[in-house]
Amino acid sequence: MSGGRLLIGLGNELRGDDVAGLLVARAARGREHGGIEIVEAGGEPVDLLAAWEGAGAAVVADAVASGAEPGAVHRLDAAARPLPAAFAAPSTHALGLAEAVELGRALGRLPPRLTVFGIEGTAFAAGAEPTPAVLAAVAAVAAAAVAELGGGGGRRPPGPGRPAARPAGGAPARATLRSRVDPSAGGVG
Amino acid sequence: MSTADGARRIETAALARVEGEGAMHVRIRGDEVLAVELRIYEPPRFFEALLRGRALEEAPDITARICGICPIAYQTSACQAMEDALGITVTGPLRDLRRLIYCGEWIESHALHLYLLHAPDFLGYESGFAMAADHRGIVERGLRAKKAGNRLIEVIGGRAVHPVNVRVGGFYRAPERRQLEALRPELERCRDEALATVRWCAGLDFPDLERDYELVCLRSQRAGEYPIDDGRIVSSKGIDVAPAGFDATFEERQVPHSTALHARVRERGSYLTGPMARFDLNRERLPPIAADAATEAGIGEGCSNPFRSIVVRAVEILFAFDEALRLIDRYERPDRPFVAYRTRAGIGHGVSEAPRGMLYHRYEIDDAGEIVAAWIVPPTSQNQRSIEEDLAEFVAANVRLPDDELRRRCEQTIRNYDPCISCSTHFLRLEVERE
Repeated sequence: MSGGRLLIGLGNELRGDDVAGLLVARAARGREHGGIEIVEAGGEPVDLLAAWEGAGAAVVADAVASGAEPGAVHRLDAAARPLPAAFAAPSTHALGLAEAVELGRALGRLPPRLTVFGIEGTAFAAGAEPTPAVLAAVAAVAAAAVAELGGGGGRRPPGPGRPAARPAGGAPARATLRSRVDPSAGGVG
Repeated sequence: MSTADGARRIETAALARVEGEGAMHVRIRGDEVLAVELRIYEPPRFFEALLRGRALEEAPDITARICGICPIAYQTSACQAMEDALGITVTGPLRDLRRLIYCGEWIESHALHLYLLHAPDFLGYESGFAMAADHRGIVERGLRAKKAGNRLIEVIGGRAVHPVNVRVGGFYRAPERRQLEALRPELERCRDEALATVRWCAGLDFPDLERDYELVCLRSQRAGEYPIDDGRIVSSKGIDVAPAGFDATFEERQVPHSTALHARVRERGSYLTGPMARFDLNRERLPPIAADAATEAGIGEGCSNPFRSIVVRAVEILFAFDEALRLIDRYERPDRPFVAYRTRAGIGHGVSEAPRGMLYHRYEIDDAGEIVAAWIVPPTSQNQRSIEEDLAEFVAANVRLPDDELRRRCEQTIRNYDPCISCSTHFLRLEVERE
């Protein structure tokens, strides 16, 4: 997909709020998205290196647990700097999104534009239901992700200082979190 | 850090998505190791409940969701258990396809572990991406191998993650021969590179640790075949039973420090399953290219140092590429992609060799084909006691190492097993507490 635009929803269907990224991908499919490619990924994040190979711009939507308000949305420029530890998976068994991004950076395999939207979740147990705060954030993140990729009827992608997403009924922007996670974050819903 | 009670405790700093699912605790007084406890969350317990009342046909797809890295293992063990209950056997090209897709899983799982998780331990890097800057060639080789494994799964399974084409009795659709033929050039290239990796691994520096494990794995009933998808359960201390004998041979016990059950050989104790067991009990069945590479790498007579398991995995990657090419060579597309069956009540057992060890499934189904009971014993629960014993021995021999170094070495020790700490949400917290 040389130079193409790609939205990747990352998550696990059966682990409560971990489904968030998948829901974002599905919500994006259900709206005007200007022909961007939308994929759902649920396995092992290193496979993302193959998924975004050749893409000009990619957005990854994922759940995150950083201690922020449930449903808060983090927007991070992964092409510019490493993701915070909340996106890492210290494990003997797999790599997390943060490690996959860094691996891609080390090997020169990141798309020129790579944005990560993280939805703050709290319930990740097997069989748990996604929480209302996360569900409420999904539509706004889908819209922001599509806009980021220039889809959705030519809406301008959010720039620095402009809110990327504000989930319906969600918490207001949390400046302290934003400055801790990513000083240049475009917005935290 | 020092705590109020004077003990010393260290934790890994990284945040985890799910607290309390996987952790290791080491308690030391002076030079004495008081306790080594591994706490592992086990997804299968949740899935066993989820399966009750579902149709037998749903088991392969539901259990595939237990692990994002080894879905084929779950699908295969589930299919075989159901086929055992239904009284059917999958043979010929369908069985070859089952073995071929499983080769893809061994390749991608072993490649991830060897190149990106385990190799950095030996080379002194914090992570695979830190290592990538200095060893780009080897990391790129690992990614190529992984991609080739994924591609094999995708062509046969319909997609690389949570393949959808596997069903009880075989497949929904059998691939065309030309689709498999198209994979050949890349598989051949990767086989050559896998041979180079065995040699590369042999040159790593291995900590000393020799253990007298009871090794447990499958042994194929077909002459000259290395075990992947089926066989009898055998051990280095005399076990030799059909899959139906699992329950009479092994038991799972509750331990106070973990929600996971610990498996053991009845009236005997811990055992080890996985690459080292497969290799030790079946190495005469490896094809010449893999057997010769193992000999050249210094493990031709067997391997009882768990740190050398990285060499064994390299040999198994080489084997899996070679086996995939052999299976593609003789593949003829079957007329029908599955073996038909009549639903009946019964109990079935299925065992296959997941990349990290033996995976056992047992199902009871009623005459309408509904699942009445499910029992899944994953490899990591079988290896937990061995991991703890390795750690206890390793920590006792290295108790004077600084905490950071001790923790790093403990993580490396755990990684020898490529354990499925938590397949779906990932993490291990390690605590060292000195009194």
